[in-house]
Amino acid sequence: MRNRGDLATGYLFVLPVVVSLAVFLIGPIFYALYISFHHFSFLAPDHATWAGLGNYTKLFHDPRFLRALGNTSLYSLGVVPIQIAIALMLALIVDSKIKGKTFFRVVYFLPTVTSTVAVSVMFMYLFKNDGLVNLLLGKLGIPTFDWFNSLTFALPSVMGMAIWTTVGQFMVIYLAGLQDIPQELYEAAEVDGATPWQRLRFITWPMLKPTTFFILIMSIIGCFQVFDQMYVVSKGEGGPQDRTLSVVFYLYRSAFKDFDMGYASAMAFVLFLIILILTVIQRKFFQEETH
Amino acid sequence: MKKLWRTLFYCVVIGYAVLTLIPFAWSILTSMKSTPDMDKFWVPLSSLTLDNYTYIVTKFPFFRWLLNSVIVAGSVTIGNLLFNTLAGYALARIKFPGRGLLFYIVLAVMMVPGQVVMIPVYIMLANWGWINTYQGFILPFLTSSFGIFMMRQFFLALPVDLEEAALIDGLSRWGIFFRIALPLAKPALAAQTIFMFLGNWNSFMWPSLLASSDDMFTLPVGLNSFHWQYVAYWNQDLAGTMFMTIPMLIVFLIFQKWFIKGIATSGLK
Repeated sequence: MRNRGDLATGYLFVLPVVVSLAVFLIGPIFYALYISFHHFSFLAPDHATWAGLGNYTKLFHDPRFLRALGNTSLYSLGVVPIQIAIALMLALIVDSKIKGKTFFRVVYFLPTVTSTVAVSVMFMYLFKNDGLVNLLLGKLGIPTFDWFNSLTFALPSVMGMAIWTTVGQFMVIYLAGLQDIPQELYEAAEVDGATPWQRLRFITWPMLKPTTFFILIMSIIGCFQVFDQMYVVSKGEGGPQDRTLSVVFYLYRSAFKDFDMGYASAMAFVLFLIILILTVIQRKFFQEETH
Repeated sequence: MKKLWRTLFYCVVIGYAVLTLIPFAWSILTSMKSTPDMDKFWVPLSSLTLDNYTYIVTKFPFFRWLLNSVIVAGSVTIGNLLFNTLAGYALARIKFPGRGLLFYIVLAVMMVPGQVVMIPVYIMLANWGWINTYQGFILPFLTSSFGIFMMRQFFLALPVDLEEAALIDGLSRWGIFFRIALPLAKPALAAQTIFMFLGNWNSFMWPSLLASSDDMFTLPVGLNSFHWQYVAYWNQDLAGTMFMTIPMLIVFLIFQKWFIKGIATSGLK
């Protein structure tokens, strides 16, 4: 479609976005790269000295970083599959012929619209030493713990909280995917005498593949960037004994508590690289599966 | 067999609903208990009170934080709606040199996690004296590569005939955009409004970095510092938490159809 003056209009339409991307994203990406190769402190930016790959190599000898990376990986490994499984299960249920669909959909979605800070405070209250969870467990004769302050259970507690918060969001995306599956496929399968399980296994699951791929990517990216919940439950410290320290959390502390911004920037690029690699691997895997 | 399945179905459905509702219900209940009753499991309904709410809003600047959140999330949402839509439309419909390049840049920066630019942007804002100011909260976030991408895809999927007819009738590009394209884009705009607003309303890391005095806190930052520094009792703490949570829940319940649709469209790539 052509129009007189389109050229000028086109540029005018994209101007705000171009300026904003250049100033707040692309420029800073290069600046961050520069910082990551320097010993750089916000307090004395003019005294930055060349560090070469120093910040990057330091990462792999820093036990705190390795701990943070381990925590983040463990967190993702736990949260991603459980989150997706529950989301899919709820989506299938809410999509089937049950009474009160809308009500359940709304209820499951409630945590998604609640701020992570608010959710964290609510869960700290529920899981405190003499909180509701321990009260119920005690009544059932199950051992109780000081969840968020326990070396063993601090991270799993944050994981549980994250799953609880995000399941609704992914359920809704699955629902949209389910509604895109042509009804004729199920009808044909019914004629052929397929059991419900076979229909799920051979129609629903393969047809949902693009949705699952998208959710998997979103979920992994989200998990690797975990920060809010861990920051709130550990009072900004990452404790007990760094058990709730994630990569982004450590990055935040290195940059804005220790003012070691070169080191923190190196960490940010390593995080970027990890996310990029995981995304590429999945894309490959899913493409092979679908072809 | 069928009956067994149905029962199991409903057990799961109701069970998970209960699991979702209990944290809210228990928190609301505690936020309405008086301090002596706070640790009691059962309290008579008549002893429930809103005193904790009055206490926290008179002692702490909760309304100020609410106002800050509204200003920041509102401005960011409006900016994104306007700018992402303009750019998405241009990328889909208007031919100009550099269009392909711009689109690839948008795609590429979508992959970069925000933490990469957090430090340089912070330094820039500090140099400009924008720490602890509204412009610092708002200006860096007025556009989003994901939003641009989404709007472009949306406009590409719209049939072009209507716009071409309007062009022949002599309508200018601006006229076409505002009178034809925008009204058709309502569902996409609604989706964008919802996840931009929700994302910014709940955003914690940036505002906690940028706000240094408590009159500039947004609700999540205020709630976090309130929880750790000021508050002595859980009932008051949870009243603060609910002060932040309940308005959003009400907005959600009113617009729930749009919320669910909006989040669902974010999944259609």
